Amino acid sequence: MAALSSNLLFSAFILYLIATLFFGGSIKAKKDLNDTKTTNNWGKIAVFLTIVGFISQLGYFITRWIAAGHAPVSNMFEFTTFFGMALVGAFIIIYFIYRTTLLGLFTMPVAILVIAYASMFPRDISPLIPALQSYWLHIHVTTAAIGEAILAISFAAGLIYLVKVIDQTKSNKKTFWLEFVMFGLVTVIGFVAVSSIFAGAGYQEKFNWIDKHGNQAEIEYLMPALTGPHEGELLTKDGFKPLVEMPAIINAKKLNTVIWSFAAGIILYALIRLILRKRIGAALKPLVKNIKLDFVDEISYRSVLIGFPVFTLGALIFAMIWAQEAWSRFWGWDPKEVWALITWLFYAAFMHLRLSKGWHGEKSAWLAVIGFAIIMFNLVAVNLIIAGLHSYAGS
Amino acid sequence: MKDVKCECGHVNPHGTVLCEACGKILDEEEKKKQLLDMRYEGSARRSQTYSKTIIDKIWNFFSSVKVGVWLIVITLIASILGTILPQKMYIDLPPEVYYEQEYGWFGKLYYQLGFHDLYGSWWYLLLIAMIGISLVICSLDRVVPLYKALKAQRVTRHEGFLKRQRIFGINTLVNQQDIDIVKERLKQKHYHVREENGDLLAEKGRFSRWGPYVNHVGLIIFLFGGMLRFVPGVYVNENLWVREGETALVPETGEQLYLQNNKFILQHYDKEKNKTFEKALERAGDVVKNYQSNVVLYKRSGEKIPGEKPKLEKVKDYKVRVNHPLTFEGYSIYQSSYRSEMNSMTFNLINKKTEQSFGELTINLQDPKEKYDLGNGYSVKILNYFPDFEFAKNGEPSTKSRVPNNPAFIFRMTAPDKPKGETSFVAIRQTIEPFGDNTYKMAFKGIGTKNVSGFTVRKDSSLWVIIIGGILFMIGVIQGAYWNHRRIWVQHKNGEVWIAAHTNKNWYGLKREIEKVLEDTNLGNPEDQLQSETTDKEGV
Ligand code: HEM
Repeated sequence: MAALSSNLLFSAFILYLIATLFFGGSIKAKKDLNDTKTTNNWGKIAVFLTIVGFISQLGYFITRWIAAGHAPVSNMFEFTTFFGMALVGAFIIIYFIYRTTLLGLFTMPVAILVIAYASMFPRDISPLIPALQSYWLHIHVTTAAIGEAILAISFAAGLIYLVKVIDQTKSNKKTFWLEFVMFGLVTVIGFVAVSSIFAGAGYQEKFNWIDKHGNQAEIEYLMPALTGPHEGELLTKDGFKPLVEMPAIINAKKLNTVIWSFAAGIILYALIRLILRKRIGAALKPLVKNIKLDFVDEISYRSVLIGFPVFTLGALIFAMIWAQEAWSRFWGWDPKEVWALITWLFYAAFMHLRLSKGWHGEKSAWLAVIGFAIIMFNLVAVNLIIAGLHSYAGS
Repeated sequence: MKDVKCECGHVNPHGTVLCEACGKILDEEEKKKQLLDMRYEGSARRSQTYSKTIIDKIWNFFSSVKVGVWLIVITLIASILGTILPQKMYIDLPPEVYYEQEYGWFGKLYYQLGFHDLYGSWWYLLLIAMIGISLVICSLDRVVPLYKALKAQRVTRHEGFLKRQRIFGINTLVNQQDIDIVKERLKQKHYHVREENGDLLAEKGRFSRWGPYVNHVGLIIFLFGGMLRFVPGVYVNENLWVREGETALVPETGEQLYLQNNKFILQHYDKEKNKTFEKALERAGDVVKNYQSNVVLYKRSGEKIPGEKPKLEKVKDYKVRVNHPLTFEGYSIYQSSYRSEMNSMTFNLINKKTEQSFGELTINLQDPKEKYDLGNGYSVKILNYFPDFEFAKNGEPSTKSRVPNNPAFIFRMTAPDKPKGETSFVAIRQTIEPFGDNTYKMAFKGIGTKNVSGFTVRKDSSLWVIIIGGILFMIGVIQGAYWNHRRIWVQHKNGEVWIAAHTNKNWYGLKREIEKVLEDTNLGNPEDQLQSETTDKEGV
């Protein structure tokens, strides 16, 4: 069952990749389209492949659920994969409301990145600690992820808006920040690339080190250690000698991964720029030629409108119900909870600004991008850096 | 202040911008605009009308969405600060020590700024309170006039009103048949169509306009529920430790409830039995599967008589586990922690030289006996017992608490050859013989432990208020987000047929709907007057 599950996930991943190519094709071949005919054959194939991929991933989810005996949303790999799946699902729904394949071209790569990122975490089926043995937890986590996924569609639409509206003939703050977003996405590829390469090569090295309480411990690196642990002593023969040693309060191993990812991201980005000979934002511009600005603006806002209630229900209300049962209080100011609140406040501010200050169009698109950044921060940084009750520690 | 009578005959409250009934522009400023500000139907909002007294000023301050958004943003940023380092409830050292020790100067500064208890700080609560006030005032300022205006609206609208709608178009040469078709189609699309002198007003989803107000009311109730917690008696939050086999009074229940802990159970996942988790368990080591206390809940029956043992009546047997609290009469008892406590110590009375044993004794650390008779003339008396031993500042032995964390004894050992007895001080890994060389010794043999379950006792009578607030909030956001308020006017003006339309959000959807409704008729699609050339130009 577990093996079948992995295969289904892998096929979904491949299908998403191919679908993305077809989405690209559908935009390129857009010339024969007019007002009454909104999708060409490329687009139809792309959507079909997306749906097949989604069903395949649903198969992964169900088979893994059967194998594990609990809904597979209980560690970093499972949760992030589910988020990727929800993203595809949300896209399919929004697609059938607005029928624009361009949205697919921007959403699918994000979903692919999310799933690739997820796969860098340990994929073993893990048992549930007592606090997690609650169906409310599963309802909470899945609903929250679906809400976040719908909100993420507004990011994809916002990105389309920005690519289209920002003048690439001169460089300024706007072009810089748009490239910054693109660079962020490329860095995720960088992380996936270095992780896979070193994992493929079976790289490891071990250190003895002294933690901040003065205790000796052993730590294993899966990438060559650029930043070594506090008073680290390399145990592995022929291991890479750290370039610098970190003080005990810094998690040298995570920092090392971050540095490697950024290094890879920078190299990849530089390569892309070399090949394109212009900014990524500029290179994407021809793709968005045919879309109307206020149309994407509306898709973006609509996704927020649809996603916000789902997010509130999942990330706050169901979370409170579960917390009341498991920890005896519905709210405890745990970092993960606070970041859900921050996300919620942010989107509330977004909607108020839009409704009453008339922040439509470009401003609204930037806000959608920031919102997505907050969601990603909650998913990545809060889980991995700011420890708390929710952090899937160790995995 | 005087009310304003419009030429259509409707009497509007002072401060009205657009006549509630016909939409004629009453305010000169508004006339200059190309498009009307339709957000609150140009109704007379208190905040836009009065600004004399202090109360007006406060009202106006809090009724501004700009202020509301600032409050939200400030709260958001403040909340971020609290997640940089762990809050004080998640640390297990005194804060004045913890932050500096763990995070150096930064931690010290964090602590000094009070960020270690950010969410309980007065200024954070003040921010939340201000959001609450802002919500109330802002909502009241808008919902009443908006409700009145939408209720008073008439089908036939003033020319200036129609012309300045975002979606507007003029048709000449229209026959009545087409208008009838349009009317039918609008009805099919679930519009509520009203007709007056051949003019049409089609409207749907008006209730979605109340969504934000419903959700704000929900939020206010939620915040109010949160505040109730500060009222004495509403909120109980106590820790309760009960040893296995013992019965304890549940605190804050008016000495009504008693909890007996029969057994504490701690289970781990077994690699052999759970093959699915084998790999994960190899990586993670021991993973706890279950924390459980088998308990019996009792209720006192009859009057409480001081000095007498209460009479208890059994209420129920329950297995308290994480995620499965025991609830009874509004109280919930949660499995929250456990510890294992020394329960007994066993010693051998031996002769130090020959190591011969003269008997064994086990001391119950909760309730030690005074004297242990070992037979054949051997006995041991406990002269003094320190359950949680330490040397006090003056060098005397003393005890920190009554919990047997570090038991120590002063024994008097009597034997046939030592009828007066020998004194010995015995603590863990330590024996002191105050009077020199003893013949006998209490040799440590072993300890017995017992589990103690840690429970959280919780009663929260404000919970239902919070639940109602939450439900109302959800209803409100869904109402406002998943529906929208659309109106389409089809009216005869100057021998032409004018079409105008308005929605509070989702203009694209409205335009598509109008296209469908007007399909194959003589009526042309109205224009979107806002979608100007500049915003819609092709990318360069
Ligand atoms: C954190 C708290 C708040 C939340 C979650 C919240 C939520 C919402 C939501 C979801 C909407 C509907 C927006 C839309 O449909 O796009 C809304 C509208 C609105 N909110 Fe809030 N709100 C909050 C605080 C406030 C505050 C403090 C004020 C007061 C200044 C305020 C004033 C308004 C107004 C005036 C509207 C628009 C109503 C309309 O134009 O029909 N809100 N709010």
